[in-house]
Amino acid sequence: MKFLQKDEALCVQCHACEDTCAQAFFKSYDREKSSIKIYDELREKGEVINVCNQCGECIDICPELAIYRAKNGVVMIDKEKCVGCLMCVGFCPTLSMRIHRGFLAPFKCVACGQCAKKCPTKAIEIKSID
Amino acid sequence: MNMTNTEYRVGKIKDAHKLMKRYEYTPQEIQKGYANKTLYINVSDNTIEAKKVPEEIKEKFVGGKGFGLWYLWNGVKSTTKWDDPENEIVISPGPIGGITQYPGAGKSLVVSISPTTGSVIDSNVGGHFGPLMKFSGWDALEIQGKAQKDIVILIDGNKGIVEIYEAPLESLNSHVLAEELTEIFAESEEDKRNISIVSAGEAAEHTLIGVLNFSFYDNRKKVQRLKQAGRGGIGTVFRNKRIKAVVVRYKGVKGDSNHPADVEKIKELGLKLHKEIKNLDKYQCRMREIGTAHLTEIMNDYDLLPVHNYKFGSHKDSNKIDSKVFAKKVVQGSPDGCWHGCSMACAKAAQDYELKTGPYKGQKVVVDGPEYETVGGVGSNCGIFDPDYIMECNFYCDTYGIDTISFGTTMAFLMECYESNIINKDITGGIELKFGNADAAMEVLHQTAKGEVFGKIAGLGIRKIKKLLSEEYGADPKFLNDIGMEVKGLEYSQYVSKESLAQQGGYALANKGPQHDEAWLIFMDMVNNQIPTFEDKAEALHFFPIFRTWFGLNGLCKLPWNDIEPADNNMTDEPAKVPEHVDNYVQLFNSVTGKSIDKAGMFLQSERVYNFQRVFNLKMGFGTREHDIPPYRSMGPVTEEEYLSREERYDKQLKDLVGVNPNGMNTAEKVDTLRKYKFEQYDKLVDAVYKRRGWTENGVPSVELMKKLGMDFPEVIELIGEH
Repeated sequence: MKFLQKDEALCVQCHACEDTCAQAFFKSYDREKSSIKIYDELREKGEVINVCNQCGECIDICPELAIYRAKNGVVMIDKEKCVGCLMCVGFCPTLSMRIHRGFLAPFKCVACGQCAKKCPTKAIEIKSID
Repeated sequence: MNMTNTEYRVGKIKDAHKLMKRYEYTPQEIQKGYANKTLYINVSDNTIEAKKVPEEIKEKFVGGKGFGLWYLWNGVKSTTKWDDPENEIVISPGPIGGITQYPGAGKSLVVSISPTTGSVIDSNVGGHFGPLMKFSGWDALEIQGKAQKDIVILIDGNKGIVEIYEAPLESLNSHVLAEELTEIFAESEEDKRNISIVSAGEAAEHTLIGVLNFSFYDNRKKVQRLKQAGRGGIGTVFRNKRIKAVVVRYKGVKGDSNHPADVEKIKELGLKLHKEIKNLDKYQCRMREIGTAHLTEIMNDYDLLPVHNYKFGSHKDSNKIDSKVFAKKVVQGSPDGCWHGCSMACAKAAQDYELKTGPYKGQKVVVDGPEYETVGGVGSNCGIFDPDYIMECNFYCDTYGIDTISFGTTMAFLMECYESNIINKDITGGIELKFGNADAAMEVLHQTAKGEVFGKIAGLGIRKIKKLLSEEYGADPKFLNDIGMEVKGLEYSQYVSKESLAQQGGYALANKGPQHDEAWLIFMDMVNNQIPTFEDKAEALHFFPIFRTWFGLNGLCKLPWNDIEPADNNMTDEPAKVPEHVDNYVQLFNSVTGKSIDKAGMFLQSERVYNFQRVFNLKMGFGTREHDIPPYRSMGPVTEEEYLSREERYDKQLKDLVGVNPNGMNTAEKVDTLRKYKFEQYDKLVDAVYKRRGWTENGVPSVELMKKLGMDFPEVIELIGEH
């Protein structure tokens, strides 16, 4: 299973990952459109990096069968099937399923690794486990 | 050619279809929750036409039940009987209905003249039909007339066609029929999710308590699941019109299909409630885990679970049918919503349930997990504490098209009649209809579906059975009236109201008959003593029935209002009203329609329709005080056996409330004295409620009230004038 591994201790909160993600998927400079989030205020709690760990609980939540695990293990959303109910957003155990103004369907990290390439401290890295 | 049996059978059925009428239209784009058109179909002459929805009607009736009442009012005369061709079935979801983000937003409201009450009935139901019909361009479907032969109606919202087919070969029973029609009208396996079907069942031809099943396609189980518009026999009207099914097909549901004024606000409100349900439901009502069946043990603990035709409120064996038992049998780990986005997901099902009786014996089917009403109705109230019976009875009631509430309450009544020697084996056709006899009850259910033997009587509903037994079998009508749990001709739902005067009113004053969807005040009244005076109870019986009407105007389910509560709800001024959720609803309405109502405006919408429905009862020859009287079984102990079962409590009531000394009185005297007191109390309650609602002493809304509400249509004022 491919996923984005994080090491909170290494994060310097530069937000480069957010910029990269929003750019890569929405051609946007709006960090709110990033699937990975850096919560500066949660530094103390050690929860500064929030991103999908591909656990797949949303697959069972979605009655439309619009969320599925791809061959590489990444959890994907089929936008054709999605009816925009946002249950996956509300029920995500790590609150890593995203929604934004102007979008009817949610979006999430697909472990593409673009953000990891830009991370100066290797706080995030693509990993694969069986 | 390699064809499966199903393909062969479905092919035959389809080949036998004869197109009687095709109507083509350009589907309206929804504007702020409304299609602004309704679909009228007369199945006598196959007229199909579109009607425009005037702004005034949207303003005064909102949608859903409001639209249903308005179109039915215009379609029927005061003399119209349920089986007259001019009787209508109107289905409407309401403006909020169909949004996908907020839980519980897919209800359809169905209105007709009822076979059991003779007056107007409304029933709310989940499933996908209402919203898919709206997205196909129709705010309501109005069906009038009577077909010559069995028909199926198709509404295809993508192609813009409405078709009527003669349909001779389809099965009648809903679980088979829904599958057949899905195979026929879905264009591919993937398209099945875009189909929803309204159907009845073979019992609807032989009983007066027929339901309408509304389907939703379960993507996981790959089967059409059924939800029921259960109350008042609308399925019977449907089959009387010789309609086998109404099918809607609409592909393309998205988060903005309802074209709301402010979709962002709706997303925000929906997400907030999803999170609330995720975090709190497991500690509150466990709707996701077990659904309404969580109530069984609570009702048993508070002496509110009907046992033996509402004689008792608890039973030592109730743990055999409590939520833990059904959690093991039916849930199978998947909470199901009956419309997109319902994270409350109270629907439950078990796959591969092997039926033990009846025409489908030995077949493995998907059975729905029983609702509390079904557990109480066909289970405890009949003294049957067998979960397998309850599930099988639930399955057959649904597929035959029988209301589990009316069937359960009627069966309990018949069992008491049997045990009281009012009916015997000569009448039952040899069936030993004692409390607890599950095999007997099941046999009667199968007979009822076919209209055979004793089933002919059992399917009539309590009011007509009482008449039959007293007129033809010499039964004492007074005793039958005391123990027959119906008001207005509708059977009671499953709560013992003996110790809650407010709930006695909640049931008996309800517009359509004793269903708890108007008011459930037992805990407020009996357990918490929050509404001690007549005025307090009258205020509750003014507020709650009118407030709850609002859900049915908008295509909403009531459950996400107060079966989940915000964590700080108890800190609010009025926790029973769940103020934060009411605020959500005001915002939802405004976000969909672009209007700007407040809580008072919301109440006004409901008050208009509520009073209109009361006047509708008047139009049909009912709607006055004499029709609001409950059977004594719902108020106190009818028999000495019942009195003695709670002797200490009732003796105390005689002493403390009535002011008489029970010592030295025999049980019969005690029963009579308590009865007199309870009816006096009920009369005082009714006086207070009518006054609070702005009605006359005879229960008729005043002309001033209807003027104030803007509901002073000429026919309304004329009717009120006659009373």
